[in-house]
Order: sequence, then C-alpha cells, then structure tokens
Amino acid sequence: MKLTKEEVKHIAKLAELDLTDKEIDKYQQELSEILEYVKILDEVDTKNVKPISQVTGFSNIVRADEVGKSFTNKEALKNAKRTKDGYFEVEQVI
Amino acid sequence: MNIFDLQDKYKEREFSVVEIVSDYLKRIKEVDNRIKAFVTVDELGAIERAKELDKVDRIDFDKMPLYGVPIAIKDNFSTKDLKTTASAKILEDYRPVFDSTVVERLKKAGAVILGKTNMDAWAHGSSTETSDFFTTRNPWDLSRLPGGSSGGSAAAVAAKMCMASIGSETAGSIRQPASWCGVVGTKPTYGRVSRYGVVAMASSTDSPGPITNNIIDSTLILRVIAGKDNHDSTCSALEVEDYMKGLEDGVEGMKIGVIKEYFLEDMNEEIKEKVKKAIEVFEKAGAQIVEVELMDPKYAVAVYTIVQRSEVSSNLARYDGVRYGKGRKYFGSEAKRRIMIGTHVLSSGYYDQYYLKAQKVRRLIIDDFRRVFEKVDLLLAPTTPCCALKVGSTADQPMFGEMMDILVEASSLAGLPGISMNCGFSKEGLPIGLQIMADQFEEDKCLQAGKFYENERNIVSLEPDL
Amino acid sequence: MNKYKVIIGFEIHIELSTRSKMFCSCDAWHFQVKPNTKTCPTCLGLPGGLPVANEEAIKMCVKMGLALGCSINKFSKFDRKNYFYPDLAKGYQISQYDLPFCYQGEMEVDGKKIGITRVHLEEDTAKMIHDRDGSGSLVDFNRSGVALMEVVTEPDIDGTSLATTFLKKLQNMVRYLGLSDCDMEKGRMRCEPNISLSCDGKLPDYKVEIKNVNSFRYVKKAIEYEIERQSKILEKGEVPAQETRGFDEKKQVTFSQRLKEEANDYRYFPEPDIPPIEFSDKEIEEIRKEMEELPDKRMERYKKDYGVDEANGLILIENRELGEFFERVVRELVIRGVGKEDFMKVAKIVVNRKVGKDDPEAVDNIEKIVKGLGELIDEDESVRVVDEVFLENEKAVNDLKRGKENAVMFLMGQVMKKTKGKVKPGEVILIIREKANG
Repeated sequence: MKLTKEEVKHIAKLAELDLTDKEIDKYQQELSEILEYVKILDEVDTKNVKPISQVTGFSNIVRADEVGKSFTNKEALKNAKRTKDGYFEVEQVI
Repeated sequence: MNIFDLQDKYKEREFSVVEIVSDYLKRIKEVDNRIKAFVTVDELGAIERAKELDKVDRIDFDKMPLYGVPIAIKDNFSTKDLKTTASAKILEDYRPVFDSTVVERLKKAGAVILGKTNMDAWAHGSSTETSDFFTTRNPWDLSRLPGGSSGGSAAAVAAKMCMASIGSETAGSIRQPASWCGVVGTKPTYGRVSRYGVVAMASSTDSPGPITNNIIDSTLILRVIAGKDNHDSTCSALEVEDYMKGLEDGVEGMKIGVIKEYFLEDMNEEIKEKVKKAIEVFEKAGAQIVEVELMDPKYAVAVYTIVQRSEVSSNLARYDGVRYGKGRKYFGSEAKRRIMIGTHVLSSGYYDQYYLKAQKVRRLIIDDFRRVFEKVDLLLAPTTPCCALKVGSTADQPMFGEMMDILVEASSLAGLPGISMNCGFSKEGLPIGLQIMADQFEEDKCLQAGKFYENERNIVSLEPDL
Repeated sequence: MNKYKVIIGFEIHIELSTRSKMFCSCDAWHFQVKPNTKTCPTCLGLPGGLPVANEEAIKMCVKMGLALGCSINKFSKFDRKNYFYPDLAKGYQISQYDLPFCYQGEMEVDGKKIGITRVHLEEDTAKMIHDRDGSGSLVDFNRSGVALMEVVTEPDIDGTSLATTFLKKLQNMVRYLGLSDCDMEKGRMRCEPNISLSCDGKLPDYKVEIKNVNSFRYVKKAIEYEIERQSKILEKGEVPAQETRGFDEKKQVTFSQRLKEEANDYRYFPEPDIPPIEFSDKEIEEIRKEMEELPDKRMERYKKDYGVDEANGLILIENRELGEFFERVVRELVIRGVGKEDFMKVAKIVVNRKVGKDDPEAVDNIEKIVKGLGELIDEDESVRVVDEVFLENEKAVNDLKRGKENAVMFLMGQVMKKTKGKVKPGEVILIIREKANG
C-alpha cells in the first residue's frame, strides 16, 4: 500500500509538521513500508469482535467537584519563550 | 548489596548517606563519559538531600523505606526544577514546576535522586540510539547498544552508577534494556503505577517501573511507587499488595506456561538454550511446566504499531512551543515518522481499516492471555530475540523497535505485568534475559518466581569490565 | 415576501457553573482574574498532565438531557478531537464523538417541537486576545479546561422569533436547573445558528454557520442578514458557500471566516486516559430526582394552586430564592388561617420586597399586612412608643430590671395596645430589653 506524495503532504499538514522535499520522499518510502507490514491484520478474523481501548476494565472514574491548588502565574509561564504581562505570546492569529 | 543491606549499614552508622551518594557520584564521573547513561547529573541536589537525610536522628524505615537509596530516573519523568527532556531536542531546556507522582513518592520515601538518564527520544525506540542527544553504550560491550527506550536507566544500574533506577515501558522499554544489560527490569501491570507527570508515549500501555540489580530492590521500590493516584484516572485503586510477603515462597506447585510461539525460528540459539535451562531449574523445584499456545506475536506487532503511533501522534500535539519547549520543527525523524503514521491511521477514510481493526485484534490478544492464565500461573519466555546489537544497527530500520520487542508487545497491549532477569551470557559475554509474565495485577507472582530463580540459578556472576 | 423557507439549527455551548474545571481541580471562575493564575499540568497541557472527569459536570449534563427529554447513553465515553490552535493546550480537545451522554430529545416552543440531537460535555479552550501594542496575540489559559456543555438541535427552527423564543426558553431552563448563569455577554452561553434557505421545504445541501453572536438581539439580526444574503445568491441561481461566518456587531452583518469545504479532519478516537462512563437505570433516576421542577411546571402550579398572575409568577420563577420564600410563607400563613384569596397579596408583597426574605419576622410581618393591619411602624417609631410605655408603667419596668420575665410580655402588650398591633414583635422585645438594661 504505497502512499502518494500528496497523501504524505496531507498527513504532514494535519500533523503540523514542515517537511522538506527530501523528507517527503523519505517518509513516503518508510511509511509505506510500515503500512505494508500492518496489513497482516487482515488475516485475523474480527467479525463480531468489539474494539477495546481501555485495558484496565475500569469505568466511572471521576472526581468530586472541589477546587484544588493551581500554579502561580510565574510557575505557569516559567518555561515559555515568549510572554507578556502575564500572558503567553504567540504570532498574530487572524 | 541490596537496599536492606545498605540500610543496615546506615542503621549501624557504618556509612553516612553523603558518603554513599558521593561514592556513586564519583563512579559516575569515572565511567559515564564512556557509557553516557546520564543526561543530567544533579550533584548539588543529591548531596543536599543526602545531608538532610543524615540529619535524621532515628530513621523510621517504615515511613522511609527507601531511605538513602541513590536512584537514577529516566528523563521522561518530571522532576521539579530539574531538567526533564525525554532526550528530545524540543525539551532540551524544559524545567518542570512539578514532580511526577512516582518521583514524589520516591522522594517522600527517602530516596536520593542522582540524576536523569538517557533514552530514545520521546521513548520512541528500543536502542537509546535514537536519543536526540547521544547514544548510551552497553556496559558489557561499549561498542553495543543498551537497548531502549530505558537504555540509560538499565546501563546506569549495570555499571553500578546508581543503586537502582526508574524506567517506563510502553512495549518492552523496561524489559528489553534490562535483558540486554543483564539486570532486573520490572514492568508492572498497566494501571498499577501512576503515569502522572510522565511524558506520555502510548497512553493505553505506558507503565512506569523499577530497574534494579536484584529482585528485593525491585520489590521494595514497586511497593513505594505503586498505588492509587487521584491525578491519574487509569491508575488502579486496588490496594497495593505487600510484595515482600511470600517473596520467598518458591515455585513448588506453580503451573508455569512456556510459550511455543515465542521461541522464534530465527532467534539466537544461545538464547533458546539458556532460557530452556532456566525453565529446567523451575521444573526441578516442583513447578509444573506446561506448553501453551498463544497467537503469533507478529499480530501484536502490527496492533502495537498502529495503536501506539495513533496515541503518540495525539500525545505529541501539545508540543507547539507556546507554553514550553521548542517548536515542532525540532522533532527528530523517528518522532516525525511515528506522528505521521499515527495521524494517517486515524484519519478520515482510514480509521476503520487500521485503528478500529487494531483495537479489535487487541481484544483477541487480551482474551488469548485470559484463556492461557486460566490454566497457568505464570508464563516464561525469552525477553528478546537477540542479544545487544552493535551501535548503528537501527539505521534505516523503520520497524527496528517493533521487531526487537516482538516478545513483549502482546503482554504490553494486554496491560499485563512482566519482569526480565538475567539467565546467562552468550559466547560473546552478552547478557541473556528470561522474562516472567503474569496475569493482571499479579506482579507478586512474577516477583516470587523471580526471587526463586535468583536464588537457584547457577550462572556465573559477572560484572561489566569498566 | 420570501419564497424561501429559512431552516435554522443551533449549536449552543454553555459554560457550566461547576466550582472546578472539567478535567482538573483548578478553580473554574475565570472572569476578572489575573491571567494564567488558574492552571495546572492538566489544563496547561504540560508533559505528563492527565485528565480526571468532574462528577458534577457529568450529572449536570445528564440533568440537561433529561430536562430536554433525551435518552441517556448507558455506556458513554470521552473522545479526543485533534486539531492545532494556540488556545488548545494539548493540541486536542477532550470531547464526545459517537456516544454522547444524551441524545434524541425535544423541546416544545410555541407549540412547535424542536428536536434536540444531542447534549454532550467537552472542555473549553484558552482565551486569546489581540495585543494592541504589539504584533502578536496573547493567550490566557485560565479558561482552558472549563466544563462546557454542548446542545445541538435539529434544523427544526423556521424563523427568527421562534429562534429567540427557543433560546430564551433554553436559557431559562439551564438557569433554573442551576447549571449555569448563561450570561451571554461573558460568553457563558454561546449560540451558533446554522442557517440555510430552502425553496422546496427540503433540507438543502449547504449550511452556513455563524459564530460570535453574543446576544439574542444579535442572533435575530444575524439570521435576518443571512436570509437576505442567501436569498440574493439563490436568486442568481447559485448556491451559497458552505462556510463559517462571523458577526460584526457594529455593522450588523456577517462576514466570511473560513470555508468549511476543507473540513478539518479531527481524527476522533476514544480518550485512552479516561475510562468509560456507565449509568444504571437507578443512577439516572436519582439524578432525575435531584432535578428541580422546571420553570413551565412551576408556573402552572403557581397559577393553579396560588392564583398568582403571569407577571408576578415570572418574577418568582426567575428568582428561585424569592419563589421558594414565597412558597414557605404561604405554607405558614395557611396554618394561620390565611385563605387562598389572599395569596396574590402575599405574592405582591414578596415581589415588591415589602418584607425581605431575610427578615426573621417575615411571616409575622406579611401576616399583618395581609390581614389589613396595614403598614407596620418603623423602628424609630417603635422606640418612641416604648419610651412612652416605660414612662407609663414604672412598676413593670422595675420588675423587669429585677429580672421578672413576665414584665417583658406585659410591656409588650402595652406597646401592642398603643400601636394596635402594627409592630414587629421581635424588634420591640429587643428595644424593651435594651432600655431595661440601660
């Protein structure tokens, strides 16, 4: 199952990754290889099998509506490269 | 010397914590430039903590079961004010403002954190070669890899740069490096140990656990870090067993399954031989050995490839450089690869044939184990298909990790516990790992069997020559 | 005038009034608070942050669903909605995809049945503001992770007046259930109309979503503008673009924001960090019992049982505490022999706040007014009367000073005689004692 260059570009866009042309070629090859491998799952009969996403078997894990501690402004901003007046600063988003 | 021995020495004032910690720091200075297990060594912090601990008049080992134990922590565990990078360039300068739950519990129990260990960037790998910083070397052969992704943690223990370390396993990342480095790696049941504060890899299988020189140390550490955490919805509220109780009960009468499919055709013959020898030890002691059949592990590899990468693609979406870290262009190629596969298999038009299908097969894998564990208490198998590979082996192998972890992926997907421990050496002097797996929340059985084997195994006690 | 039939559906986001956020215990109140002071690893999206669901928010969502006649999914879960934006801390929003808590309900408005497709929970994003002094945007994560309830309706609304009536009724319901104050100006209730025009009554292929309309008046204006705009396009024989448009309050027009053609692929998948939520019939019943009586029903009851008129009834309903006070007073007065014919009087007294609900003598005072004893005298006058009574009854005052308790009642009686009972007993007793103690 070979991916087209367009598909690779589309995936990169969805994932917010900037790829060079060289990278697009490289990943086109590698991703296709991996997708080829996982095709073996088609050999497994999963008719009437329900998918599972939680292996713990838990349900209804909730917390009471109580207020706990929060970070101070200083702590929250500590690792940010761009801050201003207590806010995080980003490029202008229209 | 295990943790109890060390603490006896503290009790008798034979050594101070500062002395012990200083010794380890000295050892790190001596050998780590060759092994490169550490990303950060917190010399000041460790000595300061040691001094604090030395001031304690009457040590209460019940309240501080890890009093004075020097520990190294894999660099994907948040440590307050101490750089936490997950060996990724994006987090090169990241200093968390909070401790992960595991670290909080270790600190409370009196452990001394020596530093943070190297790993495959974002835990994406089974070699530690894909760290964004540098490659850690296997202490048994510096031209070889320690395994991964907890390679730094395993190497640090093997090279005696710390008494014990903490690693994390998504599928093999504790057991595989433990196997390649000849140490004990304990992967608890998924949900036994809190993931709060650990840089997320695959949310539905990530399991923090200890890497140690012996079973007792693993047991003691597990007891401290395991248990309910209100910050983690997937962390079990089940009471933590007293793993020490029954540790020496032996294996007589236990039913032990040996997995036919896990003795792979193209597997290193020496591994098969040593593991079979280990199984004989169990048999001689009165355990009933039963051959069992499980689904071909290649299916687990495919399921894991899809599920893990899906979760990874989502878990790495928070790294946009706004609140911390660098921008997304600093992702390494392995990370990019995983993000893209994950994004693709979740995307519109592909979700059903990949993600949904994988989660259905996952249920079959879980049912498969359930069926087997109705007949046996434990499963024994080799941990890895080969011994430590040479540095450079991962190049151009987009599925390297998955293939290395073929014998541990199924149990990881099912959330089951397992330990890996040394059962011999190859002709080249490389460690060979035996893995012991159990049913959900039955890690006590793994440890019990592990202790038995540790006592009875007749293997030459070696130490890496550094 | 218009040969086109307007088809409207709504997507309404309501910020729930829980104390803490949806998936962490940070304080959920984010108005007039210093930026980035209510965050934690979870809502700030730090490495290692994990979500834990707020039980109260889930109950609130179920209550909303039950009030809207929805079915409750016995097995429900959260899902990740993946997309990138600076105000989305984790790069995904925890929401609900295919198994929302509530589905398939309906609300009757002005005799018309409006279908409710679903009600589900999700988390709010951070607040972004344009930096006036600089070139960038500023982000405040105090709002990130606040519990958001989304109500989606079927496209059953066919006009602006029905639209606003529907919204008002929903707003009332939410307020009444105590789920949110629905303050639209603060963005606690965000209404997004989906508007399309049909010439044959059938649902057309396109729909236009309008965002950022923060009052009912603007909703009306936006719909009216859209009807005109879309009509013009259809007249030309073209089809309006499927898109999201914003609303300009000043110009009162809608404007294009982004084309919905290349719809974002959200790659929904079940949230692995949160185990599923399962409800038993018993639990749903218990939640239903916890629910307050809905506004409609209460109005019915006020009219029927108390003879209250619509105007006063509305006030008693909108202010729940006032309504409850009213009912408490009536119950008490019934015991004192006040008849149903006087309940309207009571309602008026309560509504006009002639006697406050915090007045410890409220019932007595209202009783007096209702029984035609007219206005009660105020405190200053009471003091004057007590002074008079003291002067006229020296012996009793001395008895009181010496500790004889019945002296109080005697003096009280004298005050009552003088004022023909138009006093507040409790107040008078206090005055008497104070004076006696000097």
